[in-house]
Amino acid sequence: MKQFIAFVDKEFRHIIRDSRTLLIIIGLPVVEILLFGFAINMEVQNIRVAFYDPVPDDFTTDIAERIKNNSYFTFQGYMQTMNDMEEALRKDKLDLAIVFQHNFQEDMVNSGSAAVQLIANSSDPNRGNISASYASAIIFGYQQEQTELTEVPFQILTENRMIYNPQMKSSYMFVPGIMGLVLMIICTIMTSVSIVREKERGTMEVLLASPLKQGTMIFAKTIPYMVISFIDFVIILLLSYFVMGVPVNGSQILLSLVAIIYISLTLTYGLTVSTLVDKQVNAVIFSAITAMIPVLMLSGMIFPVENMPVLLRAISTIVPARWFIDAVRKVMIQGQGLFVIWKELLILIGMTLFLLGVTIIKTKKRLE
Amino acid sequence: MKTLKFLVEKEFKQMFRNPLIPKLIILYPIMVLLIFPWAVSFEIKNIKIDVVDHSKSSYSKRLTDKIDASKYFILNDTPLDYKAAMLNMDNGETDMIIEIPASFDRDIIKSRTSSLGVAVNSVNGTLGLLGSNYIMQIVNDFSSELRSELVYTIPPESRENMLRRPKIDIITQNKFNPELDYKNFMIPGFMVLLLTLICGILPALNIVMEKENGTIQQINVTPVKRYHFILAKLIPFWIVGLIVMIISVTTAYMLYGLWPMGGVIAILFSSIVFILSISGLGLIISNYSSTMQQASFLVMFFILILILLGGMFTPVSSMPVWAQLIAAVNPFSYLTKTFRMIYLNGSNITDVWMNLISLVIIAIVLNGWAVISYKKR
Repeated sequence: MKQFIAFVDKEFRHIIRDSRTLLIIIGLPVVEILLFGFAINMEVQNIRVAFYDPVPDDFTTDIAERIKNNSYFTFQGYMQTMNDMEEALRKDKLDLAIVFQHNFQEDMVNSGSAAVQLIANSSDPNRGNISASYASAIIFGYQQEQTELTEVPFQILTENRMIYNPQMKSSYMFVPGIMGLVLMIICTIMTSVSIVREKERGTMEVLLASPLKQGTMIFAKTIPYMVISFIDFVIILLLSYFVMGVPVNGSQILLSLVAIIYISLTLTYGLTVSTLVDKQVNAVIFSAITAMIPVLMLSGMIFPVENMPVLLRAISTIVPARWFIDAVRKVMIQGQGLFVIWKELLILIGMTLFLLGVTIIKTKKRLE
Repeated sequence: MKTLKFLVEKEFKQMFRNPLIPKLIILYPIMVLLIFPWAVSFEIKNIKIDVVDHSKSSYSKRLTDKIDASKYFILNDTPLDYKAAMLNMDNGETDMIIEIPASFDRDIIKSRTSSLGVAVNSVNGTLGLLGSNYIMQIVNDFSSELRSELVYTIPPESRENMLRRPKIDIITQNKFNPELDYKNFMIPGFMVLLLTLICGILPALNIVMEKENGTIQQINVTPVKRYHFILAKLIPFWIVGLIVMIISVTTAYMLYGLWPMGGVIAILFSSIVFILSISGLGLIISNYSSTMQQASFLVMFFILILILLGGMFTPVSSMPVWAQLIAAVNPFSYLTKTFRMIYLNGSNITDVWMNLISLVIIAIVLNGWAVISYKKR
């Protein structure tokens, strides 16, 4: 035990001595959570809109005026020809082009129907779709007013309530995701690189020759990193609460427990990586490609897992961040307790034990 | 010139001595493009829904069936009260709750207007918004069905009025991606992501590796010029990046039939400029770091910022002004925009030249900085 403490102490000194690295490890996650927490936003805003209206009349100018004044749209002007319109769309200067038919007002009054065309730049399907639906809603509202028939019979109204996130803030969804991503990257690179570095330099063999059992030794090596990562987590949590206004509705203790389990998992993964490669470059490459894109794409951080094809949903179950993000959202935002997230916790613990087993077997083999 | 040639040769030899690198360059792009585009979709389907039916009438049953039949919803449960449904939502078993009041059918027949309670889990804002929109559509459909069935119950004069309402036909056309296929939108983004990872991480570790191994001292004592040294570091990544691009473009064509409508030359040309700027950034990081651990943290930090604030996943136009300013100096953002325009909008090189000029400026600044920050000590 005394040896163990001495060893942990040595590792701590190693890390604290290198103040520049320490600053980077603690500073970067803080900057990242601030940048992403405020900037990442799914909302569709500033829709650049232009009109093509060869023969303007009262109705078309009214509709155009309404769309211009709507805060979602940024008015780009009237186009003179359809060709100009096409060009502006191609050059990505427009998100939505609105084309009115000739004799719009006349047709609407006389034949009871007039047409308007919405040409959406749908290279981004989400943006295209939503731009068009905002414009449709405004035009539809205008039509309702023109009909002067305020009361439509047999109407069923819906009263909508948004649960857990009434203001529909994007940060509620993204903050847990960013936590999962940043911790995964930091912890994996931190452990894998520092251990591979010792391997590269040969100092690892010296350590392994010490009387300490190698399992204990590796455990001791990860403890300082565990402390640093937990400090990272606490800072991130405080920033999201005080600066970004994301609530912490559940128990802080449970949330910390989730974080500690996840941090152990990612540190263990770093250890596993360190047994698979023998160069620092490769440790970084390996950690980066296995920690970054899978977490970004398959954890539900940005894209909901439920919408993915079956095969990808299956792959996503082995991405640890998926379970972490799920659990954090449930505890932090929905205020749930242990009974709801026990499955996620068990999976995370199971993954940690599995990776630990692989690491121990791999290390033993190398020594024999 | 001769010095440069030798230095480049040295760099290539060093790079390919590591067996992971050829695999990374060839297999990684194929793997990423094969798997990850499928994960991307904002189309919300299979929303789990609970219906709390206090009315238990024929109308409420019809509405429930209609919701169940919709492709957007899966009827999870029909609990007896709202509390039970809320418990389901807390446990994550359901995403939405519809509450039909006891007087639902009476209201429809007598007062002709009735209301429903809709509650939706909006932690994911998109799900919250679209889920309630879909329900509104279904309910509107249902009420127009009722209207045509029950129209005989209202006095003829208002009936007349109801049928002769002027209407605006809204015709929506989705240009550049008529099937609204998210893969088409994301694949050009993934290409930029691959270039950023490979041509950003490798240079960032390069010089600092020489520092750790001590080989940088050997270079420092030779008469090699600073810009020769940096140029010799850049050229191999340039070639590596081009190989990555050629593999990516081919893979995208073979797997998804996606071919740059604005011309493959435009794609390769803009990649060349981009690779220079991103490798320059990597070299700067490498110059300033003293250990590989530092370099790897810094490069991952910058790459994450480039990607997440670069408009690949979430639109730059929705970001706050300061984040849009970051995007204005972000090479990732320029190349993603350019690739998407060339691939989807069919823009040619003259349509995107503004983006290219910005990339050139960024590349010059970053590489100039890389030369200056490399100090021969």
